[in-house]
Amino acid sequence: MKFNLKIWRQQNAEAQGKMVDYKIDNVNPDMSFLEMIDVLNDDIIRKGDSPVAFDHDCREGICGSCSMYINGRAHGPLKGTTTCQLMMRNFTDGETIHVEPFRAKAFPVLKDLIVDRGAFDRIQAVGGFVSVNTGQVQDANNLPVEKNKADLAMDAASCIGCGACVAACKNASAMLFVAAKVSQYSLLPQGQPERKLRVQKMVAQMDEEGFGACTNTGACSAECPKEISLSNIARMNMDYLKASVLQD
Amino acid sequence: MLNSKIPEGPLEKKWEDYKSHVKLVNPANKRKLEIIVVGTGLAGASAAASLAELGYSVKTFCYQDSARRAHSIAAQGGINAAKNYKNDGDSVYRLFYDTIKGGDFRAREANVYRLAEVSASIIDQCVAQGVPFAREYGGLLDNRSFGGAQVSRTFYARGQTGQQLLLGAYSAMMRQVGLGNVKEHNRHEMLEVVKIDGKARGIIARNMITGELEKHFGHAVVLATGGYGNVFFLSTNAMGCNVTAAWKAHKEGAFFGNPCYTQIHPTCIPVSGDYQSKLTLMSESLRNDGRVWVPKKVEDCKKKPQDIAEEDRDYYLERKYPSFGNLAPRDIASRAAKEACDDGRGVGESGLAVYLDFADAINRLGKEVVAARYGNLFDMYHHITGEDPYETPMRIYPAVHYTMGGLWVDYDLMTTVPGLYAMGECNFSDHGANRLGASALMQGLADGYFVLPYTIGNYLADEIFTKAIETSHPEFEAAANNAKERIEKLLSIKGTQTVDDFHKKLGKIMWDYCGMARTAEGLTKARVMVKELREEFWKDVKVSGTNEEINPDLEKALRVADFIELGELMIVDALNRNESCGGHFRLEYQDAGEAKRNDEKYAYVAAWEYKGMDAEPTMHREDLTFENIKLQVRSYK
Repeated sequence: MKFNLKIWRQQNAEAQGKMVDYKIDNVNPDMSFLEMIDVLNDDIIRKGDSPVAFDHDCREGICGSCSMYINGRAHGPLKGTTTCQLMMRNFTDGETIHVEPFRAKAFPVLKDLIVDRGAFDRIQAVGGFVSVNTGQVQDANNLPVEKNKADLAMDAASCIGCGACVAACKNASAMLFVAAKVSQYSLLPQGQPERKLRVQKMVAQMDEEGFGACTNTGACSAECPKEISLSNIARMNMDYLKASVLQD
Repeated sequence: MLNSKIPEGPLEKKWEDYKSHVKLVNPANKRKLEIIVVGTGLAGASAAASLAELGYSVKTFCYQDSARRAHSIAAQGGINAAKNYKNDGDSVYRLFYDTIKGGDFRAREANVYRLAEVSASIIDQCVAQGVPFAREYGGLLDNRSFGGAQVSRTFYARGQTGQQLLLGAYSAMMRQVGLGNVKEHNRHEMLEVVKIDGKARGIIARNMITGELEKHFGHAVVLATGGYGNVFFLSTNAMGCNVTAAWKAHKEGAFFGNPCYTQIHPTCIPVSGDYQSKLTLMSESLRNDGRVWVPKKVEDCKKKPQDIAEEDRDYYLERKYPSFGNLAPRDIASRAAKEACDDGRGVGESGLAVYLDFADAINRLGKEVVAARYGNLFDMYHHITGEDPYETPMRIYPAVHYTMGGLWVDYDLMTTVPGLYAMGECNFSDHGANRLGASALMQGLADGYFVLPYTIGNYLADEIFTKAIETSHPEFEAAANNAKERIEKLLSIKGTQTVDDFHKKLGKIMWDYCGMARTAEGLTKARVMVKELREEFWKDVKVSGTNEEINPDLEKALRVADFIELGELMIVDALNRNESCGGHFRLEYQDAGEAKRNDEKYAYVAAWEYKGMDAEPTMHREDLTFENIKLQVRSYK
């Protein structure tokens, strides 16, 4: 397969970036999108130029490193798929593919397709946990959890923290990411003691990081490679509202 | 010379006695003690959290952009624990026994027993953190079976157990980051250990955004940097997984234990082309319900699987190992797949694949139940291959997955360098010559939550008067200079072959001669080839860009340089071990395809000491004594 690629190149955080044209003509349909970029980079390196920098690691859809904006969509055209598992057979031979970094004020570009998603870590650090130290716990089966709730918590916990939700949102909102974490704990008995405090702190940090507001368009969930449900946002909003207005 | 510091007393009392007598550090002093943790996977993140909870000042380092992305996240199937929730006769002793036997009697009894002992606490801890394990309708935890065991002791969270356990450890660690007890350094790669007066006192880490070589002091340094499977180029490891931290520690005096013990996982998606960058694992849990087979007749191999009659299929694992069947341990299942393919009965385009078939399970349980158990794995397979495993059997083939070898550590998890520790896959300790499924998660978290936080006190109790050492100290300068020179050298060669060219060449040598089947002749040849490759690398590698920027090409060059050196040591070790055991299969030593151990001569850990780039490494033996288990032929028949 052959493709015309238009890729965002930006030397560093301060530099001005631009789209650069590349041609690639030895693409196998069974390659992943990242392997296609590998082949392109191999060519670039042999010519003595600087390869396209991009985040990637596990290449099996779970680490959340890869973060390309392909033809105007986070992780490309396929539903429920990360860039690393997006196979070239999903593109049309000869087509022009635009590749950009995730764009959001809270995700500054570091180089080419690499962005800084440290904001997610900082949100996690203010409340994305159950405050329990190692060793001070009871037997696991002393705490039965309704299967249905456990399954919903697992659905929410499947979030890989890639930031596609932010990139897909016209407001660059991080609501889906935060709601997934808040929901996981809200659904489980372990999360109850800190339920109010958690949602307040995480939402406050999210706002401080410069993410936009949620207008319920649902692009986040539609583009999420793990198909995290929009209902998590409703659950978080409910929690937030309760935490704000209800006294104990 | 090697002192494994195994406590006295009966096996089941050792750890308890140790904990009662280990030296303690009082809370006021803990605050003054700084600990560096390199790597934030299960072992690193859980240790960082637990140490910070105890009051130590912790600094973490990882090469990823977030601690949450460490490759533990990709573990699929589950985590073992001797809870006996299923009432099927499990116990600490049984888990201990299965692990020793699974490791082909090449692990240290005391460590493995401790691992089995703390396994139950791991599940308690993770549940308390809100890890959403699979549950039954009654609300209690569910279990499944894994290879090498006849009980159901594996806890799981769909096919994403590693993800959920890592996010649990990560959240505990991030809580400490928020409290100011852990200072994170992401996008940093450790390039040197700094030793002062014989003790580990810090590291040199390259800031992967600016290229700055940072000097960091610690009263102790803990490595939790994972395995070295990427020495083979293609493996199930993440692209960034590397041996650099462990290898630099080795060059600074930490002995390397059993480097030749590599695990080849039987169920991975087969290689499809030479552009391929990595291999994808299909969880061992699939073998609970999937049946492995190849055609009986060579001429059937190109037929569609549906067109091959039941009586023409060879369910070879069920045939050869009736009591464990499709759940035979990994090394055995891998070799059996290789044998079938070598026999000409492999399937798929390359002939290097076998079928993993769910038709029976779907008939018996219904598609819905199968989807609930393995849905995400089926989807992943579908995404990658374009084939639907609900309709047609998966094609699988063995791939490099895990390395049992690693830095030699004593009972305290300390390497031969005082103050330098190694945990998780990075050390050699608990899995002997073959790791059982669902035991890596168990070991990583056991080391990080429940072992190291105790044992490190034993060392740090004597360090309370040591003031933080200024990083202007000459040893820090010297180590930073080493790293700087290496980087400058790599950038100045400007040769003709890319880093990947070298990595692929190395991988091919290692796979061909030090992979699933090894011979003295092949290994001897391979050693020369790897030496030549090293020389060629330092003369002809082409690394683009500069140091002072994000430079993935340079990052990889630094890693591949170390993989080449490690490759040679793996070959030396494989050549030294004139027996077959677990993942180390020497064709000269077998009984009709089954590994033939030599307990009289090789019931030891080979711990290698670095003597210089072109000098022969020195081997130190740690004899393994089995006081509680009788050495026997490992049979799964």
